[in-house]
Amino acid sequence: MRKQNGFLCSLALVAAGTVATDLARADTGKLLLTGGVSTVEGAAGGGISPWAVIGSNATADEVGASVNISRLKTRDYGLSTYGAALGLHDRVELSVGEQDFNAAPAVALNGLGFSVANGQHIKMTVLGAKVKVAGDAVLDSDTLMPQIAVGLEYKSTDAGTIRPVLDFLHARTTGTDLYASATKLLLAQGVLLNATLRYTNANQGGLLGFGSAAPGRDSRSLQPEFSVAYLLSRQLVVGAEYRFMPNNLEALGRAAGLGNALHQDNWKDLFVAWAPSKNFSVTAAYVDLGQVVPGVTSNRRQSGLYLSTQWAF
Amino acid sequence: MKIRLPLALTLLCLAVASGAMAQTRTATDPVADPAALYRSFGEKAGLALLMDDFVHRLAADPRISDKFKNTDLDHLKSQLTEQLCQVAGGPCHYQGPDMAAVHAEMGVGKGHFNALVEDLQKAMEARSIPFSAQNQMLARLAPMHRDIITQ
Repeated sequence: MRKQNGFLCSLALVAAGTVATDLARADTGKLLLTGGVSTVEGAAGGGISPWAVIGSNATADEVGASVNISRLKTRDYGLSTYGAALGLHDRVELSVGEQDFNAAPAVALNGLGFSVANGQHIKMTVLGAKVKVAGDAVLDSDTLMPQIAVGLEYKSTDAGTIRPVLDFLHARTTGTDLYASATKLLLAQGVLLNATLRYTNANQGGLLGFGSAAPGRDSRSLQPEFSVAYLLSRQLVVGAEYRFMPNNLEALGRAAGLGNALHQDNWKDLFVAWAPSKNFSVTAAYVDLGQVVPGVTSNRRQSGLYLSTQWAF
Repeated sequence: MKIRLPLALTLLCLAVASGAMAQTRTATDPVADPAALYRSFGEKAGLALLMDDFVHRLAADPRISDKFKNTDLDHLKSQLTEQLCQVAGGPCHYQGPDMAAVHAEMGVGKGHFNALVEDLQKAMEARSIPFSAQNQMLARLAPMHRDIITQ
């Protein structure tokens, strides 16, 4: 499965590169930063929430691509992500994202009888598709009508020696998030607003599987996500995001006598994105994932610096 | 502990929003001072200089220059100056043809339109027009895309 994911990723990156070199036409494309940056799941948007914008520089009759690398380090965990997205005619976006999560603290679960290896990483592949269905976030400046898109993210998680833990929790290793986003740039004020509604049963975005055995929650729930960004200049944006997350596993943990060990918090961040050119942008953020399996991290809050770079064509 | 960051975020959002609103309200409130945007562009003289720079950029932009190869650039300059003067709340009255009529046969796509907006942004930057005023002007001009983009 991991070999397949790696191959898929390389294929996407090669495809993106080929598209980029063949289609210099995508250079006419979008205004700077109006394609958003890349989310940790690979779709275009903010850092942790997809927006209704279609990724890359391509506009109406063009095809464009973008690739992205990011790194987040928190108190006890680390997350690296790699992504690529294809933007078709500013209407359809196809993306692939790979997450590599250093879940070293999970070795504490061996006290419960598991056999988690030292320094175990959890990897997750995300295949995304997004379609713009209405509106123009930038040019419809005389109306409050936002740009609206619907999308899905198919996720597949490879937990290695943590797999038995997921099996024990009845957390599946594949799942599909469905979402709808509305994005509006208040051009006169230089403020971008986004609201996303995600239908998901992913635990920690999918890194801890999908769903849960009873009395935890197995079914999907509606989770809202909000982004606000302020344009300081044509090339510089600051903003904040708040992503509500399901808390599927906590009840199961409590029933098993583990207290709040499996509690999950919402994700939030404050970010600044700089785009010196249409082809390159860098984003720095303070990200707060809240508690992530507090049972093995002594309830420590997982927050830290996030750095991301994107090349777009 | 847990309420700290959401609180900080809420405060940031409120600060950003009120900052943005305050900036536009005091600088160029269309209700209190309809000519404020016009003044921040240097009035008619400033707009004429801006349009001079802008039209030169359009004619030199390989993405769209062929759309202007048969255009009388001086005439275009004065028409644009009049139009933007009116849009910015100045004492002008644009009397040229409407946007749909002018662009009907040009085959303007979204990419061409965005290239033109970029050239306008660069021209405004070159004349040190404050970023907020730039965005207010763009916000007033952007809806014209519906009459200009035909494909």
